[in-house]
Amino acid sequence: MAAASPTNPWQAMATRPWRFLASGWPWRSLAYLAAGVLVVVPPLALLRAAAVAGGGGAYVAGAAAVLVFCLVAAVPLAALERRRLKLVDRAALLLPPRHPSAPKGLRRLRARLAEPATWREFGYAVLFVTVLAPGSAVIVLFAFGLLLAPVGPVLVLALDTGDLLGEGGPDGGALGVVLAVCCWLVLLPLTAYLVAGFAAAQAALARLLLAPAAATLATRMREVTRSRARLVDAFEIERSRIERDLHDGAQQRLVALTMTLGLAELKLAGAEGDVPSLVTRARTEAEAVLGELRELIRGIHPRVLTDRGIEAAVLELTDRCPIPVRVGIRLPQRPAHAVEAVTYFAVSEALANVVKHSGASRAEVTGHQAGTGLVVTITDDGKGGAAPETGTGLQGLADRVAAVCGTLSLSSPPGGPTVLRLELPWRTPD
Amino acid sequence: MADTGLTVVLAEDAVLLRAGLAELLGHFGHRVVAAVSDARALIDAVEEHRPDVVVTDVRMPPGYSDEGLRATMTLLNRHPGLNVLVLSQYVATAYALELLDSERHEASGGLGYLLKDRVGAVADFVDAVERIAAGDTVIDPEVVRHLLRRERAAEPLQRLTAREREVLALMAEGRTNAAIASELFVSEAAVAKNIGSIFTKLRLCAPQGNRRVLAVLAYLRGGAA
Repeated sequence: MAAASPTNPWQAMATRPWRFLASGWPWRSLAYLAAGVLVVVPPLALLRAAAVAGGGGAYVAGAAAVLVFCLVAAVPLAALERRRLKLVDRAALLLPPRHPSAPKGLRRLRARLAEPATWREFGYAVLFVTVLAPGSAVIVLFAFGLLLAPVGPVLVLALDTGDLLGEGGPDGGALGVVLAVCCWLVLLPLTAYLVAGFAAAQAALARLLLAPAAATLATRMREVTRSRARLVDAFEIERSRIERDLHDGAQQRLVALTMTLGLAELKLAGAEGDVPSLVTRARTEAEAVLGELRELIRGIHPRVLTDRGIEAAVLELTDRCPIPVRVGIRLPQRPAHAVEAVTYFAVSEALANVVKHSGASRAEVTGHQAGTGLVVTITDDGKGGAAPETGTGLQGLADRVAAVCGTLSLSSPPGGPTVLRLELPWRTPD
Repeated sequence: MADTGLTVVLAEDAVLLRAGLAELLGHFGHRVVAAVSDARALIDAVEEHRPDVVVTDVRMPPGYSDEGLRATMTLLNRHPGLNVLVLSQYVATAYALELLDSERHEASGGLGYLLKDRVGAVADFVDAVERIAAGDTVIDPEVVRHLLRRERAAEPLQRLTAREREVLALMAEGRTNAAIASELFVSEAAVAKNIGSIFTKLRLCAPQGNRRVLAVLAYLRGGAA
């Protein structure tokens, strides 16, 4: 019980009494209830004034006004209540439960009215105004009264004058004082439990009515997953576009430039002065730029991956790897572009890590179908001890894999071997 | 520059490059009989002109993927003796190997896979075109470097000396003994000795001429040794 600190008043009350009383929970609960009273005081005062002005039948009008108030204020009140909930519920779920992409104007209103969430919020508003807020008011007043009770006698004693309180001042004798103090000391912790209990009940009710229903959450989750997958797809398409633009633009022009310079070299052959050697130098420079550009483009999106798939692209990768890498990838079909790209970049990053950190003398990349997806492993014979926390690269890798609904796991005991395992679906969710 | 006046079919979608390549080949006395900009036109042009050599880009319209390479495969299936140089922006060992695969069939002609960067070294480039027209195999040094790194080759290659590995790389590019000797500033006899030693260490039989290149490449890629 000592390990996990409570996240709501229920849990706090379940701990040892002195722990609970010494904690901030009674005070948080009191603040929660008081804030609730404050929320509802101004509109109720207005309603009361209206009722008084209205004269006969005022209470019927008042009740109607309360209902209207609840209807109008339900949604903003719910928003406010979700924030207030934070005071006593650290695990509070603060997502508004509605569909985010509703239309505007009158249609939006209609859409809102059609949502069960709106009616639950309305129900909460009625409950809040009629029961919860008045109940809170009584308890808060009582608690404050109890807390401030000693102030009067202390003031009297400090000023040493009975005049302020008149003739019937505190003269119940010493026994009376002791009794009063005892009562106070007993009432104080009981009140703390009362306050926390009422706050917890109110919070639970708020949570029940204002938090999104599980089904809504699941729908939302699916939407998030899909939009993330769409983002990854868009990202891949954009990379492909950049690769193509560079290929058709800068790269072609540079090739043409080197060729023109080559032709110039030809025509200058045997000419006097340093012009021929300058042209040769220019051509060599252009070739070097071309080489760098080619590497850059490969890093953005390797063409072989698009044209020939993972195995060919990974083989290309291993061609650049300073240690020998055995590649055994057998896939019965090609995964979606985004999945291929994630796989490729994951293997690329993993091999870079192997070379940089593991001290391995060889590595192996395998890939095969497993269940409803594919499994890719990267194994090395290095010194092991790799951990996701030590390298930002690995975390970035995990994020990319997660974005296509895959998982990444790492086994790297000290002394090795290190095995990085990717499990991916064939397609991204759509 | 043994035989001048080759007929060439050129396929390249970038106008600037197409014109430049035609000018360059013309400068050396070769004749571009057709300069086209997509794969279908390439096939048609080859059928029509039956050129001494085809020079084609890998990536062309309509898909901007590997149309040039696929058109080349189609053509090689129809005309096994056709001489083709494929130009690419990518090192892409996979493309080069696919091209070499077609070479495994009998009665094949000259074949080349070069990075486009090589067109700047004009004389070398035209030399490569001429060698391919004569039935040789020419593989880009960058591609050979990658092949030498392949895991399949790692173990046996360690048995070679540094000089032998250099010679092997140049052999795989399709160089003759004389070319290798001048590249490494050694005598042809020394090169021949190195080559003998390489073939012994790799347990390869030592064919002559173009077959030798293919044997070396086949070995490096892990095919029939």
